[in-house]
Parts: sequence; structure tokens; C-alpha cells
Amino acid sequence: MSELLLARWQFGITSVYHFLFVPMTLGLTIFIAILETMYVRTGNELYKQQTKFWGKLFLINFIMGVVTGIVQEFHFGMNWSEYSRFMGDIFGAPLAMEALTAFYLESTFLGLWIFGWDRLPKALHALSIWMVAFASNLSAFWILVANSFMQSPVGYAINNGRAEMTNFAALLTNPYAWHQFAHVLFSGMVTAGVFVVAISAWQLLRQSYPDFFRTSMKFGLAWAVAGLLLVMGTGHLQAQFMGKAQPMKLAAAEALWETANPAPFGVAAVIDETKKTNPFEIKIPNALSLLMYNSPAGEVKGIKDIEKEYIAKYGPGNYVPPVTPVFWSFRIMIAAGGIMILMLLLAAYFAKKGTLATTPWLLKGLIWMLPLPYIANSTGWFLTETGRQPWIVFGLQRVDQAVSPAVGAGSIWISLIGFTLVYGLLAAAAVYLVQKFAKQGPVDTPLTPVQPITKGATLWN
Amino acid sequence: MELTVLWFILLTVLFTGFFLLEGFDYGVGILLPFLGKNDTERRVIINTVGPVWDGNEVWMITAGGAMFAAFPHVYATLFSGFYLALFLILMALIGRGVAFEFRSKDDNPGWRRTWDWLIFFGSAVPALLWGVAVANLIKGVPIDAKMQYVGTFFDLLSPYTLIGGLAFFLVFTYHGAVYLTLKTEEEMAERARKAAQGTGVLAAIACLILVAMTYGNTDLFASAGAGVSLWGAVVVFVASFGAVYVKRCGLGFILSCATILLTTAAFFWGLFPRLMVSSLNPAWSLTITNSSSSPYTLTIMTIAALALVPVVLVYQGWVYWIFRKRVSVKDLQY
Repeated sequence: MSELLLARWQFGITSVYHFLFVPMTLGLTIFIAILETMYVRTGNELYKQQTKFWGKLFLINFIMGVVTGIVQEFHFGMNWSEYSRFMGDIFGAPLAMEALTAFYLESTFLGLWIFGWDRLPKALHALSIWMVAFASNLSAFWILVANSFMQSPVGYAINNGRAEMTNFAALLTNPYAWHQFAHVLFSGMVTAGVFVVAISAWQLLRQSYPDFFRTSMKFGLAWAVAGLLLVMGTGHLQAQFMGKAQPMKLAAAEALWETANPAPFGVAAVIDETKKTNPFEIKIPNALSLLMYNSPAGEVKGIKDIEKEYIAKYGPGNYVPPVTPVFWSFRIMIAAGGIMILMLLLAAYFAKKGTLATTPWLLKGLIWMLPLPYIANSTGWFLTETGRQPWIVFGLQRVDQAVSPAVGAGSIWISLIGFTLVYGLLAAAAVYLVQKFAKQGPVDTPLTPVQPITKGATLWN
Repeated sequence: MELTVLWFILLTVLFTGFFLLEGFDYGVGILLPFLGKNDTERRVIINTVGPVWDGNEVWMITAGGAMFAAFPHVYATLFSGFYLALFLILMALIGRGVAFEFRSKDDNPGWRRTWDWLIFFGSAVPALLWGVAVANLIKGVPIDAKMQYVGTFFDLLSPYTLIGGLAFFLVFTYHGAVYLTLKTEEEMAERARKAAQGTGVLAAIACLILVAMTYGNTDLFASAGAGVSLWGAVVVFVASFGAVYVKRCGLGFILSCATILLTTAAFFWGLFPRLMVSSLNPAWSLTITNSSSSPYTLTIMTIAALALVPVVLVYQGWVYWIFRKRVSVKDLQY
């Protein structure tokens, strides 16, 4: 395999893996901060127990996000040195800002929160988890500002053979970034909410600590439903914006080869990428125009026409992303969201009636729903990143121009295998701990007995 | 002052903060399996850095991010050139971070032993490799006219750079031992002090060899300031050792912080205005001029750094203040 392909595999694997943990961190910190604030305001011990129980599970997830994030930070220099040279003037700034404004805050106050239960006044302790929640979501904002430039460059000029920043405010107000940020933020709520709902459902099915987990279920459902409605709304706006900012990505996501007015929405399709046609598809007439323009008519450009434009603009080359995976990842994401909202609304209805805890089939369904937010998060990014191909920075640099010339295939094989193995082992350890503590419920782990301090020992004996 | 010079200094500050703070974290991790004779003792040792290790590690992340923002060519050349070394550091840090969080979450002795050793390796490997990396920066590595590293992983390992790694490793271990004398009680503190004496002798020898070899392998002493700073580091280290010997451990710790500060300053001073020296042709070295970002980006970053770094120092310092007490067996709750 070529260096380019290996480097892409490595980036794909480590990024998807990192983003398994990030959304839950984003959504669950705020959730826990709200729980702890309720405890501080009411003094009700139940809320403290809730905070501690979900906090314990949160920490296992959080540390996985942190350590896999370190890899992300250095990845660009390691495997994408030409990207780093070309983009450093622009891309480095948000990364450094992320560290300065968010990482210090997050890590310092999390340490305070974990070890500070007995040392801080209640309100200050609650404030420290709010700081963590604020900082982790702020860090998401910075990294999305960086990513959005790659999707839709703004505020730059090409000087000295590289992209140089000319307007920092334009980077911060890049509409692409705000569309992405809102969508990611709310998908974090969904991930956290569904996690809380699934574990509560499992516990309600086992009928241990029913009161505790009925409360958790109530909060989890509210969090997940609110998150899903917001994620769908922002997703809709994001798709409309994508139609303007990245028409090729939209056309690929729809496998729309020919320009159409009104444009149909393809529910499913057999796609022939070499002949640039779909031999078979199921379509809803006018639906894509409706989605894009809130009106049953309106032109949506097809892949072939956009390709012609790009060849005229950027010179000869292949500007069509891999259509089949982009098309299907979009649909899998939407389907995952659709199933979640139906299940959650059903569960909310049963909970309102007071019969959710005694409806085993629905509880089982809620447990099995747990993979869905992860699938939606991953396919969403797959759509975003694959739909941009062949560009690494849209219109400015192609992926094949970005890879490190100094790094040979052997080195990448070593790191690719190393990261994959270690990530696999750590995932197993993390899943083991999550299920252990989820099963244990809201009781404190008995302390390991204290052993006496050895007398007279030194470093060497 | 030129912004590129200011950013060279800021980068030095960030690396100094990183080595100074994460240095004792690494030391504590390296000493863990040897100083902690049973599970309780190991928990006490881990808890001395429990609330702060993650914040300390952010200094490295920030140094990396700042390098990307201010000197993108250095970021690109360094990390693609030192690829496998950085890969090993990353693997170590992944294992170490997870180990801190996971090790006490299960009672199984095998589980705990595994994570304890991961903390050891996760601390030892970066301590060693950062030393190797810093020594390579100033000694020079094969960088061609296009700023590409054209050597292999093994070109990074020479007697000089390995001594650099060893010296960093031992100084961090000593630094960690002195930190433990301040953060643990009675028997444990005394044991840590004995460990500081033992590792301190080894560290002093390694430092002297490093300084001697620096004469032949680098041009660091061409800069008088760098030379004074490096010899100053050795003198201060000996003073720190003496202070620990007469049980003035607080002073010993301040002096070991000063050792790390002076050493880092010496290496960066010796590098200036270069950031990576090319062993093929001095004209191909990466400097603050040929590797920096645009003045506009540097201006934005300067405002951000000057506004935020002091704030960070205040709240990080505050958290150290909150956890200023020695870790006692009585408050093992985590």
C-alpha cells in the first residue's frame, strides 16, 4: 500500500476512534453540571448520587477522549507535513488557541472536581464541573473552526506558496464553523442522553434501584429528545448551507449525477460510479428541492455539471468524491436519527403514562439503541470528510499533495498497527469498566483495605 | 522586539513549563513501582500527582500547538522527521493517561500491576525520548534544502543524544523524588528523600557527561549566555542535591526546578535563532525567519498568549494551593 493510503487509513482510524468519546464528553459534562447544580440548590442527596454515578462513567469516557486527542494534535506534523507547511499559518492558530483557552481549563478543573469533593465548598465544586463543560465545548468550537477552513476557506490569501491568514475574525465567523458547531454540540447531547437512557433502561429491567434510575431515565429522555430535535434542526440548516458552500458534497450525498429542477430525494440507489449513473433508485419527487429551498421547486446542480465547472476552474483532474460511501453514510446517519427520535418519543410517552418501567420490550429496545448515536456521529463525519475529496483544503490543496514525504510506508505500518492494537485493548478495558460501574449502580465502591506503610524500605529493596 | 523572537521565547517558556511540571510527574511515575512497596503506598504516590498531571501535560500540548501556529515548518519537519520517536512518546502517554484513571477502578491485583507498569513506562519513555529529541535539535540532524528530514530513526540515536536522554531521565526522576518528599508523610517522605539522594548522584554524573559532550557535539558554547546557563544548571543541581542531603527538601525542590529551567534555557539559547540545526548544511537549518508564520498570525497569537498564559498560571497555581497538603493514607478515597 502506498504511503498516502496508509496515512489516510491511520488518520481515519484514529479520528473516528477519538470521536467515539468526544460527543459524550461534550453532552455529559453539561448534563452532570446540571445535576450537581440541582444538588447544590436543593440539597437533595438523590441529585448528589446522580452526579456521582454518572460522573464515574463520564470519567472513564473522558480520559479516552483526552489521550486519543493527543495523537490528533501531533498527527498533522507526523503524517501530513506538507499540509502543515501549507496551512500552518491558519490551522495552527485555532489549535494553539484550543490548548490555551480550553485544554488548561478543562484538565485543571477536572482534577479539582475529581479530588475536590471534600476540599471545596459545594458551589465551587459545582462550578468546577461547569468549567469543564464550558472548556470541552469551547475546544470543540476551536477544532471546528480549523476544520471549517478546510471545508470552506475564508479570510486568507495565498502568499509565499502557502495559505496565510488575513482576517482572524473571518475564521471565527465562518458560517460553516457555526453550522458545524451547533450540529456537533447537539449531537453530543444526543449521545449523552441516549447513553443515560440505555443504562437506565438496563437497570430498570433488572429492577435494581428503581427510584434512582426512574429519575435518571426522566432526565436522560429530556436531554436526548431536546438534543435530537436540535440536531435535526441544525442538520437541516447545515445541509442547506452545504448546498451553497459545497455543492459537490451535496450532489454526491444525493448521488445526483444530472442537474435537476425540481430535484428528487433518493431514498436508496444502486450507484454506478464509472458510468456516472444510478441503474436503480427509489426517489421522492421534489423532496430535495423542498429540503434545500423550503419550496417544491428549485435547481440542484448535478455532479457532472459541477465537475465541468471545477475542471474549468482548477484544471484537469478528478473532482468527484467517492459517491457510494458518501450517499450511504448520509442515509445511515439520517436513519439512525430517525429511529432514535421515534424510540425516544415512544419512551417519553410511556414514561409520562408511568408504565415505562413495566414495559420490558421497550426497555430492551432502548438498550439496543445505544450504538445508534455512535453510528450517526461516525457516518456524519464520514460524509463531511469523504465528501470533500479529493481536496484536503477545499480548492487549495489536494490530499495527495499534503502527505509527509519524509515518512516511509514501514514507519506508517508500525504506527498504524501500534495505534490500532492499543486502541483496541483500551476500548476493551473501558467497556469493561463502564459495564462494571453501570451494573453496580449508585453505591460507592468499597474502599480497598489500607495496608500498613512498610518501615525502613528504600528505593532498592 | 521582532515577533519571531518573542515567539522563540514563548516557545522556550512553554517547553520550560512542560519540563518543569511534567518533569516531576514523569519522575513520580518512574519511581512508582520501586518506591511503592504495597498497594496503599502506590496509591499515595499516584495521588500526589492525581489532581495535576493532566494540567501539566497540557504544557506539552500547548507547546506543540504553539509550534504549529508560530513555526509551522518546524512542526512539520520535527514531527515527520522524528516520526517513530514521537509515535513511541504518544503510545506512552496514551497508556499513562488511561492508567492514572483506570488503575484504582478495579481491585484485581493483576489489573493494578498492569496499569502501574504502564505508568512507569508511560513516564520513562517520554522522559528519555524528550531528552534525546532536545539533544538532536542542537546537535543537528540531516535536513535537506527543502526542509525535509532525510535520515532514519537510528540517526537520532548517537552517544551524545543518548546521554541527553539519560540525563533528562535521571534529572526528572530526581525531580520527582524531591517532589514526593514534599507531598508524602513521614516514612514515605524519608524513603523518597533517600531515593532522591541515590538518583541525584547518578543524575549529576549524567549531567556532567552531557555538558562535557556538549562541547564537542554542538556549538552551544559559542553563545556565552547559553554556556553560563548550562554550567549554572549543573551548579544549581549540586546545590539542590546538598539541600536535600541536609533535609531542606523545599529548597531542594526550588533548586531542582531552577536546574530544569536553566537547562531548557541553555539549549534554546544555544539554538537561537535556529530551531532545528541541519547537519548537512548550516544554511539549511530551520530558523525563526525561514520557518515562521506570517506577521499577522504571530500578532494574533501574541495577543492571545500574553492575555491567557498569566490567567492559566493563576488558576493552575490556585489548584496546587488547594492540594498543597501532603497526601495521607487517611484521605485515600480515590
